[in-house]
Amino acid sequence: MAGGDELKVLGVWTSPYVIRVRVALNLKSLPYEYVEENLGSKSALLLASNPVHKTVPVLLHGARPVNESQVILQYIDEVYASTGIPSLLPTDPHERAAARFWAAYVDDKIGSAWQGMLFTCTTEEERAEAVARAVAALETLEGAFEECSKGKAFFGGDAIGFVDVVLGGYLGWFGAVDKMIGRRLIDPARTPLLARWEERFRAAEAAEGVVPDDADKMLEFLPTILAWINAPKSK
Amino acid sequence: MLSCSPTSTHHPHSTSSQHSHPQTQTDRHPSNAPTMASEKSSSDLTLLDFWVSPFGQRVRIALAEKSLPYEYVEEDLLAGKSERLLQSNPVHKKIPVLLHGGKPVNESLIIVQYLDEAFPDTPSLLPSDPYARAQARFWADYVDKKVYDCGSRLWKLKGEPQAQARAEMLEILKTLETELGDKEFFGGEHGFGFVDAAFAPFTPWFMSYEKYGEFKVAEVAPKIAAWAERVGKRESVAKSLYSPDKVYDFIGVLKKMYGIE
Repeated sequence: MAGGDELKVLGVWTSPYVIRVRVALNLKSLPYEYVEENLGSKSALLLASNPVHKTVPVLLHGARPVNESQVILQYIDEVYASTGIPSLLPTDPHERAAARFWAAYVDDKIGSAWQGMLFTCTTEEERAEAVARAVAALETLEGAFEECSKGKAFFGGDAIGFVDVVLGGYLGWFGAVDKMIGRRLIDPARTPLLARWEERFRAAEAAEGVVPDDADKMLEFLPTILAWINAPKSK
Repeated sequence: MLSCSPTSTHHPHSTSSQHSHPQTQTDRHPSNAPTMASEKSSSDLTLLDFWVSPFGQRVRIALAEKSLPYEYVEEDLLAGKSERLLQSNPVHKKIPVLLHGGKPVNESLIIVQYLDEAFPDTPSLLPSDPYARAQARFWADYVDKKVYDCGSRLWKLKGEPQAQARAEMLEILKTLETELGDKEFFGGEHGFGFVDAAFAPFTPWFMSYEKYGEFKVAEVAPKIAAWAERVGKRESVAKSLYSPDKVYDFIGVLKKMYGIE
C-alpha cells in the first residue's frame, strides 16, 4: 500500500458512465480495484469522495477522488500520458475540441433519451418518444462517425478513443432496450457505420467483462435502479 | 444558449464581419470596449457571439486573458441566424462559435480549453497539474450544469416551482462558497483560472437572481459576493461583461417575449 498510487473505481455495473471509465482503464492496461456500489445505501467512501453529486463513477487515485466520468477520462489520459500507453484524446487541438464536442453531444442527447426511455417515462408513448430522440441523435452521430473516423474503425481512428468510450458506455443498455422494444436502436439500415462500429467495440478486449451483453440480466436489474431513483431522498 | 434576442434598444446589428463589437450604442456599459476586438486578427480568430450571453463572455474573457486579437461578430439572433453561424454550428445552431483559420470550435468551455491548447505560449486558464485540472473541470462542469438553468427558472416561474428554484440557487451558491473557501480565485495557486472564467459571467446576473429570488448573495454566500466584486475589477472580465441593470432589463425583455407575467 505504499505510494498511494492505487486506482479504485466505485461504480454500478450497468452505468454507462462507469463502463466507459473501466473500458478506458483496460485500454491503458491499468490495474484497478472495482467496488460495486448499492445506490440505495451509499457507502461512506462514496459519500465522502463525491459529496456534491453523491454518485458513480468515482475514481480514487491513492486517496484522492476524481468525479464526473468525462473528467475522469481526461485525468487518466493526462496522468498516464507516455509512449506506449494509448491516449483517448487526439493530439491536435482542433481534433481534441471536436472529440470533446461529440462526447458532450452524446451525453446531452443520448444521455437524456436513455434516461427517458428507461427511468423517467411513465407511459409507452413517452418511452417511444425518448426512443425516437435517441434514434435521431444516433443518425447525427452516424455523420460524426464518418467525419471523425476518416474511414477507420473507431471515432478515434485506428484505436478506440474518447468518443468511442463515451458512446460505448451506453451499449449495454441499448441491448436491453432493443429487447424491450423489439428492434435495434442502432439500426444497420439507418446507421450502418455505427452498427459495424458497435460490433467492433463490443469485440474489443478492453470491453470484455465490462460492457454488458446479457440484455435479460440488465432488464432484471432495472427495478433495482428504479427503486433507487424513486426512493424518498435521504437527508 | 438563447434562441432569440430582445427587440429592445439593442444594437441594430448586422452580421457584417467588418463590424466590430457594437460600442457605438450609447446605452452600452462604458467599460465594454475590447480594444483588441476591432482589429482584423493576426491570430486569425473570429468569435460569433451575442452581447449578453454568459457563455460567449467566457470566451471573451479567455481571449482577453491571453491578449489574443480577434474579430467580434454580433449575431443578431432576432433577425434569424446567419448563414455563417448555421454552417459553423449546424448541430446546435448556437453561439458562441470560435472560428480559427475558418475552422469552427463550439461550446464555450470547449472553446476555452481549445485556446489553452492552440495557444500554449499564452497564459493558461487550466492549471498544469492533472489533479488540479480535474478539479477545475469538475467545478466548471458544475457551474455549467446548474447556474443558468436554475437562474432561468427563478425568473420564469412562480409559486412552488419558483420557490424550488430559489432553494436550489441558494444550495448552488453555498456549494460554490465552500469550494471557493478563502481563496482569492477558484484557481487557487494558479490564480484566475478556468472556473473563474466559467462563473464570472454570471456575476451581473446575481442582482436579477436576488430580485426574483428575494435573497442577497452577500448574506447567503459572502465569499462568493466578495469574489464577484474582485473578479469584476479584473480587466478581462470588466471589459467583457455588461452591468447588472442591463442584464435585468434584458430578462424583462425576454419575459415579455415569452409572455411571462
